[in-house]
Amino acid sequence: MSHLDVAPGALAPRESRTVPRLLIGLALVMTALFVVVPLVYIFHRAFAAGWGVFVRNILEPGTLHAIWLTALVALITVPLNIGFGVAAAWALSRFEFRGRKTLLTLIEIPFSISPIIAGICYLLLYGRTGLLGPWLNEMDIKILFAVPGIVLVTMFVTSPFVVREVLPLMQAQGSEQEQAAVTLGASGWQIFRRVTLPNIRWALLYGAVLCSARAVGEFGGVSVVSGSIRGQTLTLPLQIELLFNDLNTVGAFAAASVLTLLALVVLVLKTVMEARR
Amino acid sequence: MTTVAAAARIRPKRVLPGFGLTMGVTLSYVGIIVLLPLAALVLKGAEIGPERFFAIMTAPRTLAALKLTLSAAAMATAFNAVYGLLMAWVLVRYDFPGKRILDALMDIPFALPTAVAGLALSALFAGNGWYGALLEPMGIQVIFTIWGVAFAMAFTSIPFVVRTVQPVLEDLDPQYEDAAVTLGAHPFTIFRRVVFPAILPAFMVGVTLSFARSLGEFGAVVFIAGNLPMKTEIASLLAVIRLEEYDYNGAAAIALTLLMIALVLLVASNLLQARALRYKGRGA
Repeated sequence: MSHLDVAPGALAPRESRTVPRLLIGLALVMTALFVVVPLVYIFHRAFAAGWGVFVRNILEPGTLHAIWLTALVALITVPLNIGFGVAAAWALSRFEFRGRKTLLTLIEIPFSISPIIAGICYLLLYGRTGLLGPWLNEMDIKILFAVPGIVLVTMFVTSPFVVREVLPLMQAQGSEQEQAAVTLGASGWQIFRRVTLPNIRWALLYGAVLCSARAVGEFGGVSVVSGSIRGQTLTLPLQIELLFNDLNTVGAFAAASVLTLLALVVLVLKTVMEARR
Repeated sequence: MTTVAAAARIRPKRVLPGFGLTMGVTLSYVGIIVLLPLAALVLKGAEIGPERFFAIMTAPRTLAALKLTLSAAAMATAFNAVYGLLMAWVLVRYDFPGKRILDALMDIPFALPTAVAGLALSALFAGNGWYGALLEPMGIQVIFTIWGVAFAMAFTSIPFVVRTVQPVLEDLDPQYEDAAVTLGAHPFTIFRRVVFPAILPAFMVGVTLSFARSLGEFGAVVFIAGNLPMKTEIASLLAVIRLEEYDYNGAAAIALTLLMIALVLLVASNLLQARALRYKGRGA
């Protein structure tokens, strides 16, 4: 931070006040217009008709069911993702093997693929005429247009979140402590629980928070596989779209304000945890 | 000698248990969740045949959708290149009250679900919204036009340029700028000749990521676009419409094209990232 004192603006007296002030002002105005106003507008519209209407909109059966389904999907997805994230980080940081880089790329792929393409992939795989469709039909297993499909697509979209936070940390920490534990006769599970986990707990929690936020907000991928059956397969983001298309804007904003509040909580947690890590 | 060194590097790592278990979990997860569905798309695409594929992709409606998606994404990226650079510069180089809040605000577009962003933006720019009420009397229509699509894309990809340039700018050694100041260079010249070349690789990574994200954005766009065929229909929405019409070939062809563009951009950003790291290594 000390180089701030000798920033070029500070050494050139002619420009020292005007240019920074102008740039800061521009940054503030643009951020206000593009980020803050949309955020404020969500709450403004949600509460425009008063608290009573807001509460009634949230307690409307469709929206209530959507909140429940969204929580359910996150509750299934996030623990599975934590398990995968820790396993992948352990395999990739504690062992050398051929194809390690390829595996890393494969893990990162869902980040660069639009969720909508993920949804289409799942439809082509599990759909009636898809690769596994006929077999699933015979076994009477329902994946698409039901909770399993929504969970699977959410798992695809969120799969890199935990690994991405835990892996760099485990790599940086090295494995000396764990190797010492091995020589003392600890079992694999003991090493993980007593040595590794305490070291990575903040990164793990951080990844889990980001993963939950993404799971709760997923729209594109889920919209393809959910079939949008009212009161059955609508998650909260899909319910927002439904209400919006039904011209129930107040209801849509009420539902949206719940997700916005959640996003703000995540941001605060993120800031706190970044300081902790 | 290399084999001895390699063996020495590998052996201590294998002391730890759990390779089979963690590797098994990782490969199954990636295989079932990521690779199997992607394989289904690629197989479906291969089934179509090159002629049919070409016919689907050159149909007027597909071309219009691709053109809209690419142009709007380019507009959104151009905006974010400028805005992102400004934000990174201001957040790293100046101290002012509220700076930490401004920094945290940069994460809002990633934290906010895209459907929520889409809803908020489309209502803001509608005739009775705060922005629409100001702009529409001036004859500026944003919703149901390419401007709306571009705005939604820009909003959802705001953090990319800021967050890639910020760390590089923070690490930049101020001595070169100080030298340029003592040599009497104008501040803008210093930025153009000293600072910008140093942050260029990171900036390009941010721009590439921002463009890729804009191409793939769906949730925010469908709310504001109005989704008129040939006019404001983005490519990924057209793929979904084809699915709903049970035209699986059409959907697969469009999705596969978008997937290939995304992978090309991924490779490009990885190459740029490698260059950025090299540059950083040389500077240190």
